[in-house]
Amino acid sequence: MSMIRLEPRGQASPLWVYGAPLLAVALTLASGFVLFWAMGFNPVAALRAFFVEPLTSARGIGELVVKATPLTLCAVGLAVGFRANVWNIGAEGQLTLGAITGGGLALAFYGEGGWWLLPLMVLGGIAGGMAWAAIPAFLRTRFNASEILTSLMLTYVALLLLSYLVHGPYRDPDGFAFPESRLFEEAATLPVLVTGTRVHLGALFALAAVAGCWVLIARTFIGFQIRVIGLTPAAAGYAGFKEKKIIWLTLLLSGGLSGLAGLGEVAGPIGQIVPTVSPGYGFTAIIVAFLGRLHPLGIVLAALLMALSFIGGEAAQIGLGLPKAITGVFQGMLLFFLLGSDVLIRYRVRIGARKTVSQGATA
Amino acid sequence: MTVPRLELSSISKRFPGCLANDDVSLTLLPGEIHALLGENGAGKSTLVKIIYGVQQADSGTILWEGQPVVIKDPHAARRLGIGMVFQHFSLFDTLTVAENIALGLERPPPMRDLEQKIRAVSERYGLTLDPARHIHTLSVGERQRVEIVRCLLQDPRLLIMDEPTSVLTPQEVERLFATLRRLSDEGCTILYISHKLEEIRALCTRATVLRGGRVVGACDPRRESARSMAEMMIGATLTAPTRPAAETGGATLEVRHLSTTSDDPFATNLKDVSFEVRAGEILGIAGVAGNGQAELLAALSGEAILADDGAVRIRGQAAGHLDPRRRRALGLAFVPEERLGRGAVPELSLSENAILSGYVAEPLVRRGLVHFGRARSFAERIISGFNVVAHGHKAEARSLSGGNLQKFIIGREILQKPSLLVVGQPTWGVDAGAAAAIHQALIDLARGGAAVLVISQDLDELFVLSDRIAVLFHGRLSESRPTHHTTVEEIGLLMGGLFGAATGAEEVPHGTA
Repeated sequence: MSMIRLEPRGQASPLWVYGAPLLAVALTLASGFVLFWAMGFNPVAALRAFFVEPLTSARGIGELVVKATPLTLCAVGLAVGFRANVWNIGAEGQLTLGAITGGGLALAFYGEGGWWLLPLMVLGGIAGGMAWAAIPAFLRTRFNASEILTSLMLTYVALLLLSYLVHGPYRDPDGFAFPESRLFEEAATLPVLVTGTRVHLGALFALAAVAGCWVLIARTFIGFQIRVIGLTPAAAGYAGFKEKKIIWLTLLLSGGLSGLAGLGEVAGPIGQIVPTVSPGYGFTAIIVAFLGRLHPLGIVLAALLMALSFIGGEAAQIGLGLPKAITGVFQGMLLFFLLGSDVLIRYRVRIGARKTVSQGATA
Repeated sequence: MTVPRLELSSISKRFPGCLANDDVSLTLLPGEIHALLGENGAGKSTLVKIIYGVQQADSGTILWEGQPVVIKDPHAARRLGIGMVFQHFSLFDTLTVAENIALGLERPPPMRDLEQKIRAVSERYGLTLDPARHIHTLSVGERQRVEIVRCLLQDPRLLIMDEPTSVLTPQEVERLFATLRRLSDEGCTILYISHKLEEIRALCTRATVLRGGRVVGACDPRRESARSMAEMMIGATLTAPTRPAAETGGATLEVRHLSTTSDDPFATNLKDVSFEVRAGEILGIAGVAGNGQAELLAALSGEAILADDGAVRIRGQAAGHLDPRRRRALGLAFVPEERLGRGAVPELSLSENAILSGYVAEPLVRRGLVHFGRARSFAERIISGFNVVAHGHKAEARSLSGGNLQKFIIGREILQKPSLLVVGQPTWGVDAGAAAAIHQALIDLARGGAAVLVISQDLDELFVLSDRIAVLFHGRLSESRPTHHTTVEEIGLLMGGLFGAATGAEEVPHGTA
């Protein structure tokens, strides 16, 4: 009798903590190969169009950074919360609110902006995201309502609010009734860092957030409390750490960073407020956080990879005529294989029958 | 010569990273009560799981009444006539005794017949049990009877008992032993696992000692002392703790009219609990688990904030409204019952676990940043000061054995030089060597001027440690009595709830006893 068994390792394998994401990427590519082949494309050419060609020009690499910026901002904040078992699933909504509030300031001061406008918008975007995340924080700490549900549902409220605004108060008065705001003026636009690309100041915000979150988790006492609460809530109670305080803190942090990401989109590559500010960065950031092992540096790498899936998805739509869903398919496969590969951290695979007691051996 | 009931030869079982059983041989004769001795991690549970079919040996042979057998799962074990009563019960609170027993049988008879059978078996062995009662209304001792009756209904010829007395009062233990002796007289073999060496001396006729997965000796417990058996288990000489006379000072902890209410229907509310612990003394609180120990510990540690600020006073200061951190600032140190998962974070290193409670009294946090260098040296001081066996300060808490982790946690609390230490179950599941070290450390702390409160189910431990003993039963606390003026039997009666008889005597102040 032969079979595949999982055998507990006894302790986490340091090799597979980092190996699992690589295996997941490899399995995603292999499945993509089969998928393209089954659909009648040349799989090698299709994968090349998807994953390699976007990286062959300076502009393509710039786009990669542009898309990795909001992913990183959202994901580092979410990861801090995830470590404390605070499951903010609503980064997309908080991102949208940041675009609404920060971008709203650009519209409110249209034509009178100075050097102060951009910092004000940044603060406004952060405040908007924080305010949206404060709702699940309040509901969780006051009524013990699951932040998973409340933050997710508030995303749809935020998207509808945005839709209302661009069709109403935010609409460009000279825009022929198109649901779009005015284009932001120079003083309300994030400066481009590398000429010839769309890489903007937000990329530096993202790097600063990565560094800040790393210090927070690895060095500060608050970070220690976050880890203890996430690993063993009873031990946190024993030590006298305040869980409610940590829930508020992590939700406000991830909400604020998501809001900043939203502001970065409208004040950066988009340059105005439109009905769809994000192609799902807030949701993809959840995958990014886990793919990056909740570690700030891992998140940067994971964000670049997921950014590539967005760009590659666009390239595949244009070059191969594939539907838009191809991006989601690849992102979904990656998360699926990652969760599957994570089993290898604590278990090893054994092929073949269990060794039997010698006297009962069937040989 | 009689054919052995069960004969294990050269059983070996390897787990990733450890050899749990190494060439173990064991012979159990019909009708004998055989003790399996060993420290935690000696391989007792693995061996028992192999006998009961929960796990398979990597090599070795099993003979059941002279015939070679393969016990591939617990069903197979039960069919052979092997029954097992686990340390942790598997009963459904909301079902009746008979329903629970039916769930555990291979082919349960109709309910009415089953109830008849349960009555018959429980009468025959003196295990009073009403088949129609719901489990949640039963005491722990009664729940254990359900498990035993469930085994007995299958006419076992080998009954395995894993730490059966850890939750029983001394009187309940006596009744259990009477049942087991009766079974043994009828020819049933009993394999008995326990840490309580005095009980083994009273009950068992043979003992096999395991250490590090190997059989290191056998003896007749009736001819050994508890100490000699403990030394066989740990493979070294044992130093028993010494307890010089106490010189007590003022009350460091005062608890006055402490009552709690809980939303949890299975919690035990404390009812008007009052006591004090003086500087320099150890107060022991005895009681069977589930009588309010968890609630009392939470009320003292600050994990539960009290309605009445003055119900708990630490060094004269009202502390009922204070959180754990502020209570620690008043000089409290605290060792919870669950060491892994409350007293320590399993996945974190020892130096990180040193921060867990040490951050109040030790300079481990500065301007919001953790001072990892100091945490490390604090952890190293604990490890060397309390002989914690671990791979240095980087070892994860879960990699330590129960006894070593408990030494670490108690060391962490004691090195903070508390004026009040509250300890829940200091040596539950801890091997004899570590237990003696922990007891000595607690006594030394008290004699150095700290007030120590020990809450434990283990009466032997409380009699070694305490200057005074009180009993918690159904959320009420008895008057305390000086340890040298009371007996195990008297405390045992209080643990069983015979407060009426005892409270009459308590109206009279100490000293008349």
